[in-house]
Amino acid sequence: MAVILDRRTLLAGAGATAALPHLDARALAADPLKVGFLYVGPVGDFGYTHAHDVARKKTQDFYGDKIKTNYVENVPEGPDAERVLRQLAQEGNALIFATSFGFMNATAKVAKALPKVYFEHATGYMRGPNLATYNARFYEGRAVIGTIAGMMSKTGVGGYVASFPIPEVVMGINCFMLAARKVNPKFQTKVLWLSTWYDPAKEADAAKALADQGADIITQHTDSPAPLQVCEQKGLYGFGQASDMSSIAPKAHLTAIVDNWAPYYIGRVKAVMDGTWKTGDTWWGLKQDTVQIAPYNAAMPDNVKKAADEVKNAIIAGTLHPVTGPVTDNKGTQRLKDGEKATDEMLEKMDWYVEGVQS
Amino acid sequence: MRIRLEPRKAQSPAALYGAPVAAIALTMLTGMVLFTLMGFRGGTAVFEIFIEPLLEPERWPDIAVKASPLVMIATGLAIGFRANVWNIGAEGQYIVGAIAGTGVALATYGVDGWWVLPLMLLASIIGGAAWAAIPAILRIRLKVSEILTSLMLTYVALQLLYYLVRGPWRDPEGYNFPQTRMFDEAQTMPNLLEGTQLHAGVLLTLIAVLIAWFVMSRTLSGYQVRVVGLAPMAARLGGFSEKRTVMMTMLVSGALAGLAGLIECSATFGQLTPQFPVNYGFTAIIVAFLGRLHPIGVLVGGVALATSYIGADIAQTASALPQAATGLIQAMMLFFLLGVDILVVNRVRLRPSLAQHAP
Amino acid sequence: MSLDIAISVVMTLVIAATPILLAGLGELVAEKSGVLNLGVEGMMLVGAVAGFISASLTGFTPLGYAVAGLAGLCASLLFAALALTLGANQVATGLALTIFGTGLSSLAGAGFVGTTITRLPALFPPALAGHPILRLVFGYDVIVYLSVALTLAATWFLNHTRSGLILRSVGESDASAHAIGYPVTAIRYLAVAFGGALAGLAGAYYSLAVTPMWADRITAGRGWIALALVVFSSWRPWRLLLGAYIFGAVMTLELYSKAAGFALLPPEMLAMLPYLATVVALAVIAMRPSRGRLDAPRCLGKTFRAGA
Repeated sequence: MAVILDRRTLLAGAGATAALPHLDARALAADPLKVGFLYVGPVGDFGYTHAHDVARKKTQDFYGDKIKTNYVENVPEGPDAERVLRQLAQEGNALIFATSFGFMNATAKVAKALPKVYFEHATGYMRGPNLATYNARFYEGRAVIGTIAGMMSKTGVGGYVASFPIPEVVMGINCFMLAARKVNPKFQTKVLWLSTWYDPAKEADAAKALADQGADIITQHTDSPAPLQVCEQKGLYGFGQASDMSSIAPKAHLTAIVDNWAPYYIGRVKAVMDGTWKTGDTWWGLKQDTVQIAPYNAAMPDNVKKAADEVKNAIIAGTLHPVTGPVTDNKGTQRLKDGEKATDEMLEKMDWYVEGVQS
Repeated sequence: MRIRLEPRKAQSPAALYGAPVAAIALTMLTGMVLFTLMGFRGGTAVFEIFIEPLLEPERWPDIAVKASPLVMIATGLAIGFRANVWNIGAEGQYIVGAIAGTGVALATYGVDGWWVLPLMLLASIIGGAAWAAIPAILRIRLKVSEILTSLMLTYVALQLLYYLVRGPWRDPEGYNFPQTRMFDEAQTMPNLLEGTQLHAGVLLTLIAVLIAWFVMSRTLSGYQVRVVGLAPMAARLGGFSEKRTVMMTMLVSGALAGLAGLIECSATFGQLTPQFPVNYGFTAIIVAFLGRLHPIGVLVGGVALATSYIGADIAQTASALPQAATGLIQAMMLFFLLGVDILVVNRVRLRPSLAQHAP
Repeated sequence: MSLDIAISVVMTLVIAATPILLAGLGELVAEKSGVLNLGVEGMMLVGAVAGFISASLTGFTPLGYAVAGLAGLCASLLFAALALTLGANQVATGLALTIFGTGLSSLAGAGFVGTTITRLPALFPPALAGHPILRLVFGYDVIVYLSVALTLAATWFLNHTRSGLILRSVGESDASAHAIGYPVTAIRYLAVAFGGALAGLAGAYYSLAVTPMWADRITAGRGWIALALVVFSSWRPWRLLLGAYIFGAVMTLELYSKAAGFALLPPEMLAMLPYLATVVALAVIAMRPSRGRLDAPRCLGKTFRAGA
């Protein structure tokens, strides 16, 4: 029975290569390069971790049997992360991606102890000779959906279901708002902080509360598609987070900011294979296809699609920076002069909100 | 036919020690069948979960570090359980212990002295014991079930932690991330083995186990605890105070849980974060039962459970077994142990049905 | 706050309260029979995933609820077999059931992530359910009305029927109930199974109504809140309903007030409230000179062995 079932696994292709035990792998003519991934959530979250795992699978498919990827999911941030990182290194993974900010201290510690293994930490700021960091300019995508929200909203009020006021989330809110105000100078954004990345029922109730406060378009920086479902039910519009979530809310889902980590992962694997891997901080965006805009909903009029595409293309061409002055914060202080562009450093430490944001 | 359980007159030592072994064997067997049916290599996966971590010396420090908080908490709980005191809020006491110790750490930030760490440890002991004193007092004075109150207080403690790390204790230079600043050198538990996570807290756990073993089996207090648990009437006649026993066992279990919390916080996280509690307080209840409420048994039970955690991570990378399978395995381990256990203490008798009064 | 928003707030809180009420009601009956089943969260997750899978495969949502109830019941029987038949410790068995249910639901639901199903429609015709004001009463699906009806039924059963009296006596003094000749273990089996079925239904309310989808740990700890509310209600079904609605109101109002631009209390303090209130309620009840017949069942959590 075992043989038949194992063959079924191979035929189905579900983790077929990952299921090969160490010995089989070594028996192949050339050892495949082992690449490990550390996930904070389950691969079935349909959000952040799901997106990383999709990229892992794409990377595996791209290189075929030249590499062998494997992952550990649901790793608590802290000592367990440190342990699993060591374990992945000891199992022969030459390149390891730690995909959550909370893995930072653990990754830095293990990278220092194991100088021959290459580590990559997502969204952090600690680097070393064998520890690189990478992030995606999701805020560029927020500028695109902000443009859409500004044009599609009838009430001129957008709702924003948010997790924690960390710079990553704050810069997204500001870019959304700045873009929306460009097309509708009276646009307002109401932000609702939930202090959680994931609680479907609470996310749904938050979306309802925002809708009842007059928001007719809702965006989110939490992980579950629950706010979109509320939009679908109430006939409002919303945007997907991390993945294309149109299957959950076909009418409400205008588009989504899709995390596409595959180009980066494929490139970094190649660098290790070629022996050209170097540390650094990579912050890719729309241009490098790390941030993607999901297909537009048919409900969007052509002029909205066109405006959204224009913003997207201008960002790709480098002619538009989503945070360009004059920018005044919601307490009246001028943050950027006319024509001044926000530096990466400013974005990475952002803790203020632009005019029109109520949080 | 009715199934009846009758207490055995004498317990055979073979059955006593054989039961946990049988439970683990049954878990392995069931796991093997289940994983094979799910399309994985069942035998390999079960081997990776239960055996492989024990065969690889590199994993031993990991097992020790993972088992340490579980064993320390479970040692305290087992003493209470023996006296029929059901503290199931160890998770809350673990958190409050860490909060109290972190309070000292933040107050002594930058102060270099040998006394800083001992003071933190002391604070955590007092914090954990104080949190456990609430349900103890409620039971002694008002006869309120400590099961319910200690559980409720766990959630209060959790929210207290969230409040502190998001508000007053948030690292001022931490970009709004909800966590405290990193502890400095004098506030960190010393590491015992370079290149691993093995820390001095593991030794404290071993000391706690030895003291508990000595007290329980060799002193009058230990005898009192056992008598109160087994024969409350006899205890009263013998002049043993039930109230004192309740108070004492609650304080001891709270103190050990609090200490475990601070050790985990200081040795492996190096700061207080909202991700820090990962249900060790609840898992320790399972460890206490796996260890048959005996200090040395708890040590073995903790190591067994820690092994399964670490082995599950191995099975994830080597056999692509989903993380959720770990939960199934651990629950089954306890189900089987509880089941087998009853058959050690009792005999199963099949009898014809007796006439019953109609209800 | 305009009338429209007020109605919306109430409707949101009713939906937030319903699954907690259902799970709590099941646990209340189990606890009245003297059994403490801490596996509520696990049984809810098993129900949530079983309900979603069956609704998704058949496209028939009512079947989802039926299967969810059945799945919760099966999970509770696992608990009953260990804790009641074999006399294992109830606390440990319940905790293990929660771990078990969390793992099982995650494994079973993996293939259904990212899909959705159709919610049950409102029970009453659109003229009532969609009416701007009457929707306050008529705008819910059948499960909401069922939860209220079950509260009524549980009150009646526990206080006014002979079977209810027997169930309570088993929870108050298993030894005397046994001596009179009542089948203690069988009665507890029934109570635990009822609790399991309602927990399964409650879990399915999340995956089929509140957020019709499957995602890991979709109940996000609501099972523990249900457990707290049972204690808070001092084991009275109507107080449980009140408690669930108060809880729903506090959580909903927090979001609405924040969306409107002001905060009532730090959110952590609010989240702490139900648990603190429960501890205080327990203490206050215990301080009363005469303890009512509906207070904590005396045999709660204790193992019963016939002939012991």
